[in-house]
Amino acid sequence: MSKQEQHWEKTRNLLFITLAIWFVFSIGIFLFGAEMQESSIRPFGYPLTYWFTCQGSLAIFVILIFWFAGRQEKIDDEFGFSEREGDK
Amino acid sequence: MIKGKFIDNLPKVYGIYTGGFLVFIILMAIAEQAGMSAKLIGIFFVAFTVLIYALIGWLSRTLQVDAYYVAGRQVPTVFNGMATAADWMSGASFVAMAGGIYFKGYGYMALLVGWTGGYVLVASLLAPYLRKFGCYTVPDFIGTRYGGNLARFSAVIVLTVASFTYVTAQINATGTIASVALDIPFGIAVYVGLASILMCSMLGGMRAVTWTQVAQYIVLIIAYLLPVFWISSKLGAGFFPHFMLADEVARIAELEGQFGFVKNSAADLATVPKGLAGITKAHSSVNATPWAFISLAVCMMAGTASLPHVMMRYFTTPSVRTARRSVGWSLFFIFLLYSSAPMLATLSKLSLIDPTLPTGIIGKTIAEVQAIDWYQNWNQANLMFISDFNGNGTLELNEFFMGGKAVVLATPEIAGLPYVISGLVAAGGMAAAMSTADGLVLAISNALSHDIYYKIINPKAETAKRLIVARVLLVLIGFAGATIAALEIQGILGSVIWAFDFAMSGLFFPLVLGVWWKRANAPGAVAGMLLGLISGTAYLIWVRNGGSGFLGITQLTFGIVGAAVSLVSMIVVSLITAAPDAATQKMVDDVRVPSGKTVLAQK
Repeated sequence: MSKQEQHWEKTRNLLFITLAIWFVFSIGIFLFGAEMQESSIRPFGYPLTYWFTCQGSLAIFVILIFWFAGRQEKIDDEFGFSEREGDK
Repeated sequence: MIKGKFIDNLPKVYGIYTGGFLVFIILMAIAEQAGMSAKLIGIFFVAFTVLIYALIGWLSRTLQVDAYYVAGRQVPTVFNGMATAADWMSGASFVAMAGGIYFKGYGYMALLVGWTGGYVLVASLLAPYLRKFGCYTVPDFIGTRYGGNLARFSAVIVLTVASFTYVTAQINATGTIASVALDIPFGIAVYVGLASILMCSMLGGMRAVTWTQVAQYIVLIIAYLLPVFWISSKLGAGFFPHFMLADEVARIAELEGQFGFVKNSAADLATVPKGLAGITKAHSSVNATPWAFISLAVCMMAGTASLPHVMMRYFTTPSVRTARRSVGWSLFFIFLLYSSAPMLATLSKLSLIDPTLPTGIIGKTIAEVQAIDWYQNWNQANLMFISDFNGNGTLELNEFFMGGKAVVLATPEIAGLPYVISGLVAAGGMAAAMSTADGLVLAISNALSHDIYYKIINPKAETAKRLIVARVLLVLIGFAGATIAALEIQGILGSVIWAFDFAMSGLFFPLVLGVWWKRANAPGAVAGMLLGLISGTAYLIWVRNGGSGFLGITQLTFGIVGAAVSLVSMIVVSLITAAPDAATQKMVDDVRVPSGKTVLAQK
């Protein structure tokens, strides 16, 4: 497998992990909205589903993108595919 | 203003600007104490901020293609994040979102989740790759990746339909705010709004829009957060509302149980002015089916990843790496406002319905409420209405009606904040609507001038001529948008949601598969774009005309139909036609690697 294929395979795996986390917090948990609302877990005292729609999911997306960017930069560095000065 | 120097001094420049704006707010507050009229304060706020944007627009004028289309590709990560946040958060987000949450609760929160979750798709599927591609516009990517004028032309059609639907709503919003703040008729105010929008974009294109959007973000975020924190402290709900409103949310649920949701008769409802609504849904309980919630969220997420005015902001960063990080910053700056909207809705609702609070009106006599100053003001503005349906002389929960905009616009006044805050909120709403309108008008006119005029009609056109065409188109599209906005055919929020569905129907899969599926070819992409857009639109028309729809897909989620048709037709047509040639496959390989020259620079 060429260097480029390996790089792409790792990139694709990272995409799948990122999208899986994204799926859980944008779609998955809302399949159980009614059940979660009754949960005794109450972040800052808010009902659980309500909290996810106001803050939880939103904040997780912000963190997820920065985490994803960091991991992708590592992958690019590993294969020497990161941008250098003057690449523009 | 020298370019290199300006970029290096950005934090200082915008730091001084923010400080200056805060000083301006304080001066206005002092002027209010000294007896300046509310009207005059409103005019000062809107006029002062709009003049600053126009000044930035003029200072950023340019005669270079690179600066005009992609701001010279040198916008730093964090500042691009702010500009994108302003580009993204429209008049609807600023003025209407808290109202939507106030009235519809959980079912509406799907928009919050959708409009933020979409950025994960932007960061992971598209933005860095399109940046590496080095295109000027979104159709530029489609046209080069798939090859052929038909693909390019189809992308321009989808872009125009989606963005134009969106932009009329934004020009409408600038007109509404300008007419209230400057006290001029709506028909004229729309063109005042348009003139301000064009001032920011015409001379400097993307470069001017970028630097005005950063300035607009600063104004709109101060204008949104300051009242939320202030009202929360004033009500004694806590100095940091986001973490401290649990008791208030519980108290609203308790009051709702106590009052009950009484259903009004159709005859009674007919007396309520159009556009106003009562509280009919519980504030924090789960009141929508999982599918209703998820389908709306999915449409908004896929739409986010397909809307060209957002995507093109990531063409302006210096590198692929910064494009990726910039998406994170964009979402962070959006998060600051979006996470505050539910808090504002909670504070607004509690201060109105809790009889134990001095501002509460439910349970008071009708005559008492009618005598309140702010009720009279907002009743006159057609945003509030009460009526004694059951004739008991007391105001009940089901007898109080309000417009969605009133949650943001009227809550400061209801809570007893000084008028200077209301002026600030008007300036914030204007900033939000203008920044989005700028981005949209520029996206459409850039696609027409670059993709249709330069790439298809006259590839030999010299720079000066291209930029003149771009500017003429910008003005024409602005006027077309303002003319339609002046007719006031659709509501602001409905047409914004449609824009997402249109974009998703036609562009989501052609964009994503362009990067992630090498086998995708031109006939497939054209089929995907056109059949997606046509089937989505047909479904919308069918449902609008009384069609029953299927699978619970409504006129707000028709993008699901469009995108499904788009995906299937794109895959089928791609597979039955020839695979893309070696040069195209190589192009896709190059897009996938951050290092090296941009794909377009290699050609």
